[in-house]
Amino acid sequence: MLISYQWLSNYVDISDITPQQLADELTLHGVEVDAVEELGSEVKSLTVGKVLSCDQHPDADKLKVCRVDVAEEEPLQIVCGAPNVAEGQLVAVARVGGRLPGGVKIKKAKLRGQRSEGMICSLQELGFEGKVVPKKYSEGIFAFPENREPGSDAKEALGLNDTVLELDLTPNRSDCLSMLGTAYEIAAVLGRQVKLPDAPVTVSAKKASEVVKVTVEDKEANPYYGAGMIQGVTIKESPLWLQTALMASGVRPLNNVVDVTNYVLLEYGQPLHAFDFDRFGSDEVVVRKAYSEEKMVTLDGEELLLSDSHLVITNGKEPTALAGVMGGATSEVENDTSNLLLEAAYFNPSVVRQAQRDLSIRSDSSIRFEKGVDPNGVVPAGRRAASLIQQLAGGEVLDETAEFDELDRSEKIVRITLGRINSSLGTDLSAENVLSIMDRLQFKAEEEEGEFIIHVPTRRQDISIEPDIVEEVARLYGYDNIPVTLPNTPSTQGGLSEKQKQKRKIRRYLESSGLHEAVSYSLTTKEKEAAFIGAEQARVAVALPMSEERSTLRTTLVPHLLDALSHNRNRNRYNLSLYEMGSVFHTEEENVSVQPQEETHLAGAFMGLWEQHAWQGEKKAVDFFVVKGVVEGILAELQVVAGFEKTEKPGLHPGRTASVVADGEEVGWIGQLHPSTAKQWSLPETYVFELNLMKLLESGGDEMRYRPIPRYPAVDRDIALVVDHEVSARELEAVIRETGGELLTRADVFDLYEGEHVEAGKKSVAFSLRYLNTEKTLTEEEVTLVHSQVLKALEEKTGAVLRAQ
Amino acid sequence: MLERLQELHGEAAAKIEEANTLDELQQVRVAYLGKKGPITEVMKSMGKLSKEERPVVGQKANEVRENLQQLIEQKESVLEQAAVTEQLKKESIDVTLPGRPVKKGSRHPLTSVVERIEDVFTGMGFQVAEGPEVETDYYNFESLNLPKHHPARDMQDTFFITSDLLLRTQTSPVQVRTMEKHEGRGPVKIICPGKVYRRDEDDATHSHQFMQIEGLVVDEGIRMSDLKGIFEAFVKSYFGEDRKIRLRPSFFPFTEPSAELDISCALCGGEGCRTCKGTGWIEVLGAGMVHPNVLEMGGFDPEKYSGFAFGMGVERFAMLKYGIDDIRHFYTNDARFLEQFTRE
Ligand SMILES: [Zn+2]
Repeated sequence: MLISYQWLSNYVDISDITPQQLADELTLHGVEVDAVEELGSEVKSLTVGKVLSCDQHPDADKLKVCRVDVAEEEPLQIVCGAPNVAEGQLVAVARVGGRLPGGVKIKKAKLRGQRSEGMICSLQELGFEGKVVPKKYSEGIFAFPENREPGSDAKEALGLNDTVLELDLTPNRSDCLSMLGTAYEIAAVLGRQVKLPDAPVTVSAKKASEVVKVTVEDKEANPYYGAGMIQGVTIKESPLWLQTALMASGVRPLNNVVDVTNYVLLEYGQPLHAFDFDRFGSDEVVVRKAYSEEKMVTLDGEELLLSDSHLVITNGKEPTALAGVMGGATSEVENDTSNLLLEAAYFNPSVVRQAQRDLSIRSDSSIRFEKGVDPNGVVPAGRRAASLIQQLAGGEVLDETAEFDELDRSEKIVRITLGRINSSLGTDLSAENVLSIMDRLQFKAEEEEGEFIIHVPTRRQDISIEPDIVEEVARLYGYDNIPVTLPNTPSTQGGLSEKQKQKRKIRRYLESSGLHEAVSYSLTTKEKEAAFIGAEQARVAVALPMSEERSTLRTTLVPHLLDALSHNRNRNRYNLSLYEMGSVFHTEEENVSVQPQEETHLAGAFMGLWEQHAWQGEKKAVDFFVVKGVVEGILAELQVVAGFEKTEKPGLHPGRTASVVADGEEVGWIGQLHPSTAKQWSLPETYVFELNLMKLLESGGDEMRYRPIPRYPAVDRDIALVVDHEVSARELEAVIRETGGELLTRADVFDLYEGEHVEAGKKSVAFSLRYLNTEKTLTEEEVTLVHSQVLKALEEKTGAVLRAQ
Repeated sequence: MLERLQELHGEAAAKIEEANTLDELQQVRVAYLGKKGPITEVMKSMGKLSKEERPVVGQKANEVRENLQQLIEQKESVLEQAAVTEQLKKESIDVTLPGRPVKKGSRHPLTSVVERIEDVFTGMGFQVAEGPEVETDYYNFESLNLPKHHPARDMQDTFFITSDLLLRTQTSPVQVRTMEKHEGRGPVKIICPGKVYRRDEDDATHSHQFMQIEGLVVDEGIRMSDLKGIFEAFVKSYFGEDRKIRLRPSFFPFTEPSAELDISCALCGGEGCRTCKGTGWIEVLGAGMVHPNVLEMGGFDPEKYSGFAFGMGVERFAMLKYGIDDIRHFYTNDARFLEQFTRE
């Protein structure tokens, strides 16, 4: 809502307060002012001039040489290119030495050899936005529609000394979608009175109901319809005060009648509509629900296809307006209009909102009706408009209005105690304090046995319950004046849950392992995930995505990490390891109807070098075992006992993929990207892992317990085993552990060899075994016995042969 | 003979002095003190001497031998020291070459901000609650006093999945979920960080995905002044002791009275600058007293209980804290951005 400071000052005394101060006061008390714009701040030396003559420029077809009287000894000679400049016009002249918006300085000039001493201005050149400039002046210069003294101040006359406040209204404060509503707010904030406009009307003896009949078929949708009749009006351009008021409010002036309805809409917040009664098509107004697929053309020239949930104003046969939203083209006020039907009505907010939504049209009217207009403002606004039309367009106003009226105009009553107010706010206000605030708001209030009985004016539709009153008291008392306290609640034990702590621990671990944390979008595409989980899997899709890129919820974190690696590689960053912790979304349903499963996953992606030290020439590329080491570290941090099993997965290298298994269930996987997947992302050899962190957190170990340091020495034996290529280290270790029994405490791989010293198809795997008896010192014989059993079992079960040392 | 010994001593001492290496010194030792050396010769030929002379010469010979031995040892230690010095000189390195970096990753700035805010509030007795990102219409809107077709729903443009399922537009649904878990008994003191989604085109100041932290306190006798107290403690702890706070009236469907919290601008100290758009204040969060309808839907009796709720944007906090000017940086995962947070 744009509020003209000058217009506003008609209703409340603000002469002692600057627009900026006013904006600050409003903002601090609940109506936020987004911007304070001084309209003519860049306009200097603008004078009313009278065009005495207007001759063709001798050397330029499109220019005219004008002599303009600005009440000085000699008229000014001004060269003007506007097509509409004409002798006798009163125009706005920017004088030499003056300024215009955009840093334009007016200088003496010669245009095609002709001297020019100033500039005749268009409204756009003076800073008015094109969309508010009347059509008549949009292609050329502005000419005053009424008499002005040449030489007088044109800036003042054009309302360019005004300041406009732009209100950023919250949805509850639709009462401030009007000058009067805003005036009430200012009066409350500053403790002043509101002055309502006069609406004198001279009425004829004939009654409106004698020429038009009003029928409302749906009284819930339209509890009040008033049709005022004005006969014999003259349509013309509005006086300048009306045009500048509208332009300052962002509305384009049209003609005197339409301008008045717009002016009163802005003044009262009550939308009105003037029909050309001669074109209305009948002498009755019937308000009804539209028929299914009924058509109507708006005065914007748009054809609407209506349904039976929309309310229309009809002439008994066809729609002449979409109720509360927009008038129809057929009965629009035009230059030859003489008889008016002036509609002032109350339409149900939800009906207007539905029409707005279904038909995708909004207007200054509909945005007010959809929030609920003041039931007690409808009739006064109609009378005000009739009065102004009579003043500006002449005509005879018929007595009364033809109306349908079942409108509830009663005030809401809210009861609240002083104790309630103070205990809500933590204040210590007296009954007088509260009553004085109610008085400033012009809410009638009385106190009865410790309870306030508050009559809420109907202009404040947002107030109906106790907290509404508490808020009014708080904002007018001033939020700044509310004391600062701490809750009296019993002290509570704050902190993170165990799982939340574990998540932080994992982050710390990964950070210290050299991974950078990434955060990416949850919305992705099916195609991006297809490489890993297939395109067919059921997914959670957004109903109306803004773009294909963000159309479904991710089921894996890996693709966006690959995007990130790719992004960095394109910027010459070749070595990078990233991780992300975030939600993925699964559904079993073909068409989602219930909340999907949301699981916290942890994923990582690695490319390029893992270790490097430039001048020492060390370079260690990321490989499977680097990633496995990182994942093992995560499992250790969470005390999860898990194994790695060779597996194959889509998108991954078939020989370099393992699933992570805990409690017999897959909890994640690690692997190298399949070369063709890597190519899809333009990535080099890249490794990834993804873990179901939720499952890991659930299967995490108990609290750690101390084990005594062994008191007896351990015995170490190293063995190198030659086995078939296919035999895994895990199988060997399993046999060693099983046979070694309690005495065996460690079995670690320390070497792997394939090559010329080992038969083709075989490999040598070396283990370091440690034997220990926690009860006594082991003898050589005991060790030899168990160790030979281990070797024997290895040979029997895996075909391992001890490699010659 | 005594002269001969004196002469040998002089010769040997000079050679010891001249020796430059341990090898040369060894040669001197062998030459003079060895079994075939001249001193041994002298001693062997002592038989020829008279009874009186013999002990005198013998003593002298021993003296010379011992003295030479001593000189050799001294020289030896000098030479050894020199050799060590020489070795160390050879081992000298250029200490100005770059060190070997210890691998260090980084924490995403959004995580840093969330963790710091969590730490401040858990220190004040809050717990950290979590909730789903795919929400039902009920929890995201209806239970927050936003029935279907409520005009304030326009304030938030929503990614719907079905007519009833949506990507949460705010972390506020966790309010009602948490209240339900408390089964109508206070106190409730939680904050809830999380991702939220709105249908905004991504640009420098908008992101279709962003993070919020929601807060909720419900108990008997909670007042609006308590909300001010908690915020003052939070702002001082998070932004610094010298920051001032200001509450302005505002509107949220699920709170009443509602407020925006401003903090004094650190850049200009409240004088007004570009960051604070000349106002001296920076808006950091929205808050208010929990609407009785919301308390009721959460299973709390609004006659007995009251509370306050607040919500803040994590990106905004991070942008203010680190001076980041484009919200898209948080989601691009450019290493040049992420690595700057290694120190956090
Ligand atoms: Zn500032």
